[in-house]
Amino acid sequence: MKHTISVLLQNKPGVLSRVTGLFSGRGFNIDSLAVAETLEKDVSCLTLVTHGDEAIIEQITKQLHKLIDVIKVTDMAEHDHVEREMALIRVKAEAGTRAEVLRVIDIFRGKVVDVSPKSYVVEVTGSKTKLQAIIDIMRPIGIQEIVRTGGIAITRGKKF
Amino acid sequence: MKMKGAQAFVKCLEEQGVEVIFGFPGGAVIDLYDELLRTPKLTHVLVRHEQAAVHAADAYGRVKGEVGVALVTSGPGATNTVTGIASAYCDSIPMVVFTGQVPTMLIGNDAFQEVDIVGITRPVTKHNYLVKKPEDLVPTIREAFHLARSGRPGPVLVDLPKDVIGAMINFPDPEPIRMRTYKPTYEPHPGQIEKACKTMLKAKRPVLYVGGGVINANAADSLTELAKKLDIPVTMTLMGLGGFPGTDPLSIGMLGMHGTYYANMAVANCDLLIAVGARFDDRVTGRIDAFAPHAKIIHIDIDPSSISKNVRVDIPIVSDCRHALTAINVWFDQNKEFSKKAAKEQHKAWHKQIKEWKSKHPLGYVEESGVIKPQFVVQKLHELTGGNAIITTEVGQNQMWAAQFYQFNKPRHFMTSGGLGVMGYGFPAAIGAQMAAPDQIVIDIAGDGSIQMNIQELATARQYKCPVKIAILNNNYLGMVRQWQELFYDKKYAHTTLDVAPDFVKLAEAYGAVGLRATKPSEVEPVIKEALKAKNTVMMDFVISREEGVYPMVPAGKATTEMLLV
Ligand SMILES: Cc1cc2nc3c(=O)[nH]c(=O)nc-3n(C[C@H](O)[C@H](O)[C@H](O)COP(=O)(O)OP(=O)(O)OC[C@H]3O[C@@H](n4cnc5c(N)ncnc54)[C@H](O)[C@@H]3O)c2cc1C
Ligand SMILES: Cc1ncc(C[n+]2csc(CCOP(=O)(O)OP(=O)(O)O)c2C)c(N)n1
Ligand SMILES: [Mg+2]
Repeated sequence: MKHTISVLLQNKPGVLSRVTGLFSGRGFNIDSLAVAETLEKDVSCLTLVTHGDEAIIEQITKQLHKLIDVIKVTDMAEHDHVEREMALIRVKAEAGTRAEVLRVIDIFRGKVVDVSPKSYVVEVTGSKTKLQAIIDIMRPIGIQEIVRTGGIAITRGKKF
Repeated sequence: MKMKGAQAFVKCLEEQGVEVIFGFPGGAVIDLYDELLRTPKLTHVLVRHEQAAVHAADAYGRVKGEVGVALVTSGPGATNTVTGIASAYCDSIPMVVFTGQVPTMLIGNDAFQEVDIVGITRPVTKHNYLVKKPEDLVPTIREAFHLARSGRPGPVLVDLPKDVIGAMINFPDPEPIRMRTYKPTYEPHPGQIEKACKTMLKAKRPVLYVGGGVINANAADSLTELAKKLDIPVTMTLMGLGGFPGTDPLSIGMLGMHGTYYANMAVANCDLLIAVGARFDDRVTGRIDAFAPHAKIIHIDIDPSSISKNVRVDIPIVSDCRHALTAINVWFDQNKEFSKKAAKEQHKAWHKQIKEWKSKHPLGYVEESGVIKPQFVVQKLHELTGGNAIITTEVGQNQMWAAQFYQFNKPRHFMTSGGLGVMGYGFPAAIGAQMAAPDQIVIDIAGDGSIQMNIQELATARQYKCPVKIAILNNNYLGMVRQWQELFYDKKYAHTTLDVAPDFVKLAEAYGAVGLRATKPSEVEPVIKEALKAKNTVMMDFVISREEGVYPMVPAGKATTEMLLV
C-alpha cells in the first residue's frame, strides 16, 4: 500500500543521504521525495511517498526514527491530512490546439506560466490522481516535458 | 581555557575516562600523536594494521563495559577501519573511531589521502561526524561518546580535518548532553510488564532466549534471578553466551544453526518464548515460519526496530534489559498468586521433556584414537583455565567449537564477531581484551585461515607484553566453507585447501613469541599447561582431525528442527 511519510529533520550536512541511504541499503522503495525548510530554520521537512506491506512500513518508520538527526516521523495514513503535488508541464500549443489546451487547463484549474509560439508551460497542483488525469488528457495533444514535485502532506487542523 | 585542537582532543578523551586507545599514525593526525607524547596517562597501543586497532578497541570496550577508542590517519588509514567498524555495528558494540582528514579547504578536491570516510561509513555506524569548525570539536567528541554508549550501543566515527586539530580553541566546560532528537527508552511500560508477567505465570513450556543485549545492559544477574525464580530453561545466542552460567542445570546452551539439539527442540515446542536483548537473527531462527510456531513471544529490546522485524511479537517491551528484568522480578516478588514451588511444579513435565531431548542427542563428538579432536582441545582449555579465561575467536568452525564447548559462566568473557563474522577478529580482539584485563588469561581460539588475516599483530602483542594465548585449531582448511562443500557441493573443495601454510611455531618465534605444537591427543594438555605458564605471547598449533564438522547443524533456510546431527 502507498504511504506518505513526513519526516522532520535536523538540517545538517549529509542528512538527506542518511535517509536515502537507509532506503537503498534496506531495499525500501521511494516513490517520491520532497524536502524544504520549515518555520524553524534548523529544521527541514522531508515528505516521502513509499509503498509496502504493514510490516515494511513499520520498519521504515522505526528505522527513520533511529537516525540521529530525525526529530519526528509521521505516517500520514494515521492522520486526517491534505496531500498535494505540483507538476510543470510543457505542452505543445500550436495554432490548431491552443484553444483546446487552454480549456483543459481551465477545467483542471491550472495556470499557464510561460507562453511561447509553439508551447505553453502549465502549472497544476492537486492529488496524484488529478495530475495523472490532466497528463492523460494532454498526452495526445503533445506533452514535451513534465517535472513533478512529488507529494507533500500536512495534517488537518483540529475540528473542535 | 585556550588551547590547540589536538590538546583539546586529548583532554576530551581524559574527560571521558579513556585510558587506552588503539591506533596507527599518519600525516593527517601527526599533531594528535605529538600531543599523545605529552599525555603519559593515556596508553596508546600501536597496532600493525588499522583494522586490528578497531577490533582491539571493540574487545577492550566489551571486557570493560566502556567505549573502545581507535585513532587512525586519513585516506588508507580510514578505509582500513571499515571492516572493524562494520563488525562493531553488527554486534552493537560501543566505540568511537577518530579518523584524520585533509584540511577543510581541501575537502572535495581529491586531495592526497582524502576519502569521504563519513560517506563510506554512514551505513555501518550508529552515527558519524565531520568536524568542520574548530569550536565544534569538543561538543562533537562529547556527543560521540554519549551516542556510542547509550541506548543501543554502536560505533561512532569522528572525522577530524588537520586544520581543525591545529586550530586554537576555547575548551568549553562540560555540560549535560541534550539532544533534541535522541532519547532512548530505558524504562519499560508498566502495563507491558504486567502483561508479560501474567503470561509467564500461565506458561507451561517457557524458554528464555537471551542475547547480546543482556551483556550490554549488565543484566546477567537479574536474568539469572528470573530464570531461577520461575524455573525457566535458558538458551543463549552466540552473542549472549555468558549472560547465564553455561554450566547451570537450567542452561540448554546455544540455539540456532549450530545450537544444541535440545535448545532448538525446546524453542520449537515452547508455549512462551521470552526474548531478552536478542534480535531474531536468521542464524538463530532458521526458516522463519517454523520458528517457535506454538509460542507467544515476549520481546525486551531497547531498539524498537529490533522488535517485530523478523518475527511477530505478542508482547513488545521497549526498554533496557536490566530495567525490564528488574521490574519483572519485583512484580513476581510482590505477587501473591506466584509461588516458586508452584512454578516448579508447573514446568516439571517440560523439564523432563528437555532432559529427554538432551540425553537423546547431547552435545558431543566422536573420539578417534591418535588424532586430536578440536572439541577436545576446547574442553581442555576450559578445564585448565577453570572456565575463567576470556575467550576470543576467529570465524568459522573454530568459533562454533569455542561457543559449543567452552561453557561460559560469566558475561564479558566471550568476544566474537557474530553479526559480520570477520575472519581476523580474534587475535587483535585478544590484545584489546588483555589490555583491558592485564591479570586475566586471554585466549584466542583460532583457525589456521583466519589467524593469517591479522597475524602481523604478533608484533603488537609482543611490544605491549600481552601474554595472549592463541590456540590454532589447525585443519589446514577454510574449514567452515569446506564443511558446506562437503554437505551441499558434493565434496568439491573449491579453493578451501590452504596448500601453502606457514610453520606457526617458527612464525611465532620469528616475532619473539613462543610457538608450541601438538599433533597427538596426549600432547594437548602439556602444551596448554606450558602456554598458560608462559609470561610471553604464545601460539599453540593444534593439528586436528582435518575433516571434522561442526554439529548439530541446521542447513541454511531449513527449520531449526531439521538438524544434521553428529
Ligand atoms: C559462522 C557463524 C555461525 C553462527 N551461528 C550462530 C548460531 O548457531 N547461533 C547463534 O545464536 N548465533 C550464531 N551466529 C551469530 C549470529 O550471526 C548473530 O550475530 C547472533 O545470533 C546475534 O545475537 P543476538 O540476537 O544476541 O543479537 P546482538 O547482535 O547481540 O544484538 C543485541 C540486541 O539486543 C539489543 N540491545 C542492546 N543493548 C540493549 C540493552 N541495554 N537493553 C535491551 N536491549 C539491548 C539490541 O537492540 C539488539 O536487538 C553465527 C555467526 C557466525 C559468524
Ligand atoms: C574476512 C572474511 N572472509 C571470508 C569469510 C568466509 N569464511 C567464513 S568461515 C571461513 C573459513 C575460516 O577458516 P579457518 O580460519 O581456518 O577456520 P575453520 O573453519 O577451519 O575453523 C571463511 C573463508 C569470512 N567470514 N571473513
Ligand atoms: Mg581451518
